Amino acid sequence: MTITVDPIATFPPQPLLSRYAECSMWLARYMERIENLARIIDITETFVRSGATDGWKAIIQINADEERFFKAHRKYSAEQVISFYVIERDNPTSIAALAHAARENARSLRPIISVEMWAQLNVFTNFIRDLKINDIRPGEISTLCTKIKEECQTHTGITEGTLYRDQVSVFYNIGRFLERADQITRLIDIKYHTLLPSEAGVGSEVDISQWSALLRSAAGYHAYRRVMAGDIRPSSIIGFLLKSAAFPRSLTTNLRLLHNSLTQLRRDYRLLASSNILERVEHLSAVLESQTATQIIVSGLHEFCDWIQSELQQVQNEIAQAFWPTEPVVAKTLSPMPPLEPFPAFSSQTQTQSQT
Amino acid sequence: MGNYTHEQAGPSPTASGQSATTPSEGLFSTYQNGHFFCELTNTGTPLDPRIDLLRQRLNALPLDDLRARAAQAEQELYNLGITFTVYSDKDAIDRILPFDLVPRILTQPEWRHVEAGVKQRVKALNMFLWDIYHDQNVLKDGIIPRELVVGNSNFCHAMMGLDVPGGTYIHIDGTDLVRDETGRFLVLEDNGRTPSGVSYVIENRHTTLRVMPDIASGIDLMPVDEYGMRLQNALSEVAPEGVDNPQVVLLSPGIYNSAYFEHVFLAREMGVPLVEGRDLVTENDRVYMRTTAGLRPVHSIYRRLNDDFLDPEAFDPSSMLGVPGLVQAYRKGNVTIANAIGTGVADDKAVYAYMPRIIQYYLSEEPILSNVETHICAEPEGLAYTLANLDKLVVKPVGESGGYGLLIGPHATKEELSDFSRKLKDDPANYISQPVVQLSVCPTLCETGLENRHVDLRPFAVTGRDTWVLPGGLSRVALKRGSLVVNSSQGGGSKDTWVLAS
Repeated sequence: MTITVDPIATFPPQPLLSRYAECSMWLARYMERIENLARIIDITETFVRSGATDGWKAIIQINADEERFFKAHRKYSAEQVISFYVIERDNPTSIAALAHAARENARSLRPIISVEMWAQLNVFTNFIRDLKINDIRPGEISTLCTKIKEECQTHTGITEGTLYRDQVSVFYNIGRFLERADQITRLIDIKYHTLLPSEAGVGSEVDISQWSALLRSAAGYHAYRRVMAGDIRPSSIIGFLLKSAAFPRSLTTNLRLLHNSLTQLRRDYRLLASSNILERVEHLSAVLESQTATQIIVSGLHEFCDWIQSELQQVQNEIAQAFWPTEPVVAKTLSPMPPLEPFPAFSSQTQTQSQT
Repeated sequence: MGNYTHEQAGPSPTASGQSATTPSEGLFSTYQNGHFFCELTNTGTPLDPRIDLLRQRLNALPLDDLRARAAQAEQELYNLGITFTVYSDKDAIDRILPFDLVPRILTQPEWRHVEAGVKQRVKALNMFLWDIYHDQNVLKDGIIPRELVVGNSNFCHAMMGLDVPGGTYIHIDGTDLVRDETGRFLVLEDNGRTPSGVSYVIENRHTTLRVMPDIASGIDLMPVDEYGMRLQNALSEVAPEGVDNPQVVLLSPGIYNSAYFEHVFLAREMGVPLVEGRDLVTENDRVYMRTTAGLRPVHSIYRRLNDDFLDPEAFDPSSMLGVPGLVQAYRKGNVTIANAIGTGVADDKAVYAYMPRIIQYYLSEEPILSNVETHICAEPEGLAYTLANLDKLVVKPVGESGGYGLLIGPHATKEELSDFSRKLKDDPANYISQPVVQLSVCPTLCETGLENRHVDLRPFAVTGRDTWVLPGGLSRVALKRGSLVVNSSQGGGSKDTWVLAS
């Protein structure tokens, strides 16, 4: 991530259409979300096969999808949950719906993304659209999830290798980092339900295989083994997922990269409106860095994850307001910064909950 | 201006319909052009050596090989998204414009003739538009009936007295040409509103070079790649006076428009933003686009939106696609719109009939490209002639495009004929009629191998201060046996159009 204003470009650099910035950010978010969902489905399938009974229920719960799920389905069976999350276009959180949304955003971006990016997305999203019930039978689902994951990674690679690095790529990166930051807290939250029953003390070695699976689903298992050696305590694993400065999907990594991207907007493109947003991200990072994983767990891991998610939503809203306002602003005046939320004190769990 | 006609520089078509050098085996051994002019086998006697080379190369290909390449080409077009979009209740479905990989070839003399004819026509059309939106001398002098122009639904009163930069109304023009049995080029219609199809001209060339590199190798062709640059230059040239570094944009109805790919293509080739109506706003009679850094001025708009949708304040108030206040900014001279508003009156099928006289009137020249003989049903003689010869004529409604609502007499049943003559009598002013032109054919890959299929040609002309014509143009091909309707909405496809470089 370096300077993004091309010195050989005609001066002044072309302004970026607000709609392109918005679509670029959402394209990145949807593609990340698809990849993440494929990872979660894959890992749940493995859990359930190895004996966990309520694995499918947890996914529905974590996405707060109970109400919509039970409109069309009667029970948490593998077939029904997988169908709900893979092929049902009516469900806005399904891979089919997300792929459609990614496609629509990419269509809007076709004038500025590379032909290679569009061609791969085109083939991939058509493939997802054409999936039928037979393609998601329990025996097929792992293979399918692997393919989806690989297609998302192909997209990421083509984007890295071909997307011209001007503003549009900065907004793309912002979307990716926001989504990864959000998704890692969701992934932790899923396992919080199933893996951290209240009677289990923090730091006890419970159900190693399921914790390993969690790391695998975030593609962090071997890195964790390498840097954390034999330490398989839940608090260490959660610490790694939240606070590792080198793990590409950790919360801290993505907050740092998000900060870098917003800085690029301000420094390279003189988009001063990103200043307020930078402050919010700095605050978020400070909260994270000021606590150990154990402290976070003690004061309420679920509440912490919720708080992070709502702060990230705020960041998203502020970006939208600054760069694609509903009412265009002729001479942009910086709006006063809304007060930052007090950060969750880890001494009192009730206070934490009141902020979610 | 060139004075080329087919009779002077071309061959006589062979009476048998079979070219003298039909090979005894290979793809061309079964090919017959019937009594039509064949674009590939009739373009010269002896055949230009390069055309002969192409034919020999094609002839040597096994049919399966050609089919495999055709399948590969279609798959690539689909995957690359070189598609138009149709809608079911739930999905946007991308379709490719069927691509036939046997190219259509124009020689240099043929092309110079077409090019000169198109330039002449564009010049006359722009002078005509200036005149009818200013002094209306053409009406005062009785060259064309006043009612036909001023009473035309495409005549735009808001354009009266507006001095468009460079006098250019039709910046992008598509002239539909056909060739009759003798190979003579005839103008079928002018498209001076928002003619489409140019992206296929360029993408077809890329596809040819990808899937038929061995077939095209060593044959020197005029390039088609500079279209975007030419268009960008032209749009900059006609930007409002005094703007140093004009901001050009392409205004599209958006991703749900069936021609969206072409809009993407052109925005990319020009290197300008593709905007939708919601991306633009007007302030103090100036146009701005919404960017991440706030509002930025826009000076030149290549719009791919019909007049009616451009500005809900000036035209259709229910349109969500346009930009409120755009016409006011245009009238103040703060922004250029290409093509200008109100050009539809010049490419109207009824006005078309007067084009030879319009060319004469403004340029004192004979038309280089003739019209197809046209009968105006609004005139009593025209109507009488049309009714008496309905089974021999093509009758077209003047307002429609896309090949809809027309009658091809010789192909119609008795019932269709009598139905149509009733429609004609009810609203004669809505129709013109023309004899059936036996459109030229081109060898085309079909079920049984290479067969003849009818083609037309739409060259594209770009006009800023001057006019430039993209070498070649879009060759549309009617894929149904015997069909004369080449429109993509009616089962037409397209071919790569080659202009030999020397």
